[in-house]
Amino acid sequence: MNVVPYERVKLARDSMRPTGLDYIRNIFKGFIEFHGDRRFADDPAIVGGIARLDGSPVTVIAIEKGHTAKERAQRNFGAPNPEGYRKALRLMKQAEKFGRPVICFIDTSGAYCGIGAEERGQGQAIAENLMEMTTLCVPVISILIGEGGSGGALALAVADRVWMLQNSVYSVISPEGCASILWKDSSFAPTAAANLKLTAEDAKALGVIERILSEKDMGKKEFYDRIRSLLTEEITGLSKDPDLITKRYDRFRRIGVDKVIKE
Amino acid sequence: MALINFLKPKNQLEEGGRTKAPVQGDAGEPEKNCPNCHKDIPLSRLWANDLVCPCGHHFRMKARQRIHMIADKDSFNELNSDMQSGNPLGFSGYKEKLETVRTVSGENEAVICGTAEIGRQSCCIFVMESYFMMGSMGSVVGEKITLLFEYATEHRLPVIGFTVSGGARMQEGLLSLMQMAKTSAAVKRHSDAGLLYIAVLTDPTTGGVTASFAMEADIILAEPGATVGFAGARVIEQTTKKALPKGFQTSEFVLEHGFVDGITRRSNQKKLLVELLKMHNGG
Repeated sequence: MNVVPYERVKLARDSMRPTGLDYIRNIFKGFIEFHGDRRFADDPAIVGGIARLDGSPVTVIAIEKGHTAKERAQRNFGAPNPEGYRKALRLMKQAEKFGRPVICFIDTSGAYCGIGAEERGQGQAIAENLMEMTTLCVPVISILIGEGGSGGALALAVADRVWMLQNSVYSVISPEGCASILWKDSSFAPTAAANLKLTAEDAKALGVIERILSEKDMGKKEFYDRIRSLLTEEITGLSKDPDLITKRYDRFRRIGVDKVIKE
Repeated sequence: MALINFLKPKNQLEEGGRTKAPVQGDAGEPEKNCPNCHKDIPLSRLWANDLVCPCGHHFRMKARQRIHMIADKDSFNELNSDMQSGNPLGFSGYKEKLETVRTVSGENEAVICGTAEIGRQSCCIFVMESYFMMGSMGSVVGEKITLLFEYATEHRLPVIGFTVSGGARMQEGLLSLMQMAKTSAAVKRHSDAGLLYIAVLTDPTTGGVTASFAMEADIILAEPGATVGFAGARVIEQTTKKALPKGFQTSEFVLEHGFVDGITRRSNQKKLLVELLKMHNGG
C-alpha cells in the first residue's frame, strides 16, 4: 500500500482501529487487571495486569484510547498522566520479580499536557521508566498499534523488540505541532509528516523497530492469532537469552551512531 | 539604548562569539534589560557577576562561560568536540539551519562534554548550549552524553551536568526520540556502578531532556527562576483551556512539588558542587 505519510497519521488515529484492550482480549486468555500506581491514583489511560499467552503468564500493559466518545473521554483520549507511567513501571517490576515477560501495546498522541501532570512530574515519571526499563531482567516486547507520540510512547517502548502495525506512526512530535513550530502554521502538517519519517517503513529503515505487522485482516481472528504466535515465538527465544540486558543496551546504543559526522 | 539592544538578535546582544568581557565604561557599552527588575544593566557589570542581575535574575549563559566558571583553571579537557549532525533524515531546511547556528554560536553542537577538575577533584562534565538550537537533543547530543557517561563509568568518575534544552530536536525525528532511551541507559549503567551524577537544571530545561537524563541524577539542583517542565506552557494552556498558575514550571515550582533537591544561585554553585563531590569521595 502506497499512502502518503500524513494519510498514515490519519489512519493511525482512526477511532475504529483496534485499541489496546481489543488486543489484550483477543490475544491473551484470563486477563486480570491491576489498578493504581500506589502513590496517587489509577490512570484509566493505561491498562495493565496479568494474563496467559499460550498458557504462560505474562504481564500486559496497554495505552487505551477507547472507541466511543464516552470511552475516549473516560480514557483521557489515551493521553497518560504520570500515574499511568508509574503504574506501568510498578507492573514491570512485579513482572521482573515473578519472572514474567512484559508485553506493551502503545497508542497515544503523547503524555498528557496538563497542569496536574506537570505538578506530579510527567517528565520525571517518563525518565524513570526509560532508566528502569533498560535493565529489566525479563523480556520486553512493545507493539505500536496506532499513534506513537514522543516520550509518552517511548516510556513503554524501551524493549528488546519493538514492532509496529503497518499503519501506525512513531514520532518525536505530532506533525501539527512540528508544523506550527517550524512553519508557524499547522496546515503544513502533511509537509511535516513527510519530513519527520514517522511511518513503520521509515522506523524500520532507521533501525528503530524490528518488524512491521500487516493490517490486511486487522481485527479478525486470524490477525490476533498471527500476533499471538509471533509473540510466543519471540518470547521463547528471548527467555533463553543470557545477554538480554546487554543486547537491549546495544539495541538503543547504536541507533543514530552512523549518522554522526566527525570532522 | 535598551530599545536598540532589543532589536538586535539575541545572540549578539549577549556574549555570542565574544571571548572577553566588554570594558566597563566603554562609550556605547551595550546594556541588557532585566526582565525581572526592568532596569538596563551594562553588560560588563553582568559579566563581572556571572550574568546575574543585581536583583538576582539569572540570565542565560554560554556553555563555555559556564565551564570557565565551574571548572578549575585550565583543567577542562574537551571530549568529542568534532562531532556534527549530518541531517540524517534529509529534513527540509535543517542543513542550512545547522550551518548558520554553527557560525553564530561558534559551537559544533548543543552540548560540550569533557573531563575537568572542580575544587581539585576529577569529574566528567557536560554543559548544554542554549545558543545552539536551544540546546535541543539530536543524535550528536545524545551520542556525546552517552559517550561521556560511558567514559565516566569506565574511569569511575562522577558526572556533573548542566542542562538547558527545548527538548528533542524535531529535525532528527525518531532518531532524536531514541536518544532519550540511549542516554538513560548510559546513566543507569553509571548509576549501577555506584557513581555519582549531579544535574543542574538551567533555563530552560524542558521536553525530552527533562523526561530523560535531567531527571535521572542522584542530586538534582536548579538555578533560580529557570523554566523546568515537560510540556510547553502554551500547549498546556491550549489543551486544558485553563489559565496557568503563577510561577508554573519554574525551579521554585518543581522544588515545591518535590522534583529537585534544591535551588542554587550561580554565585554559590561551585562551592556547593565541590562540597557535594567531597562528600561522595570524588565519586
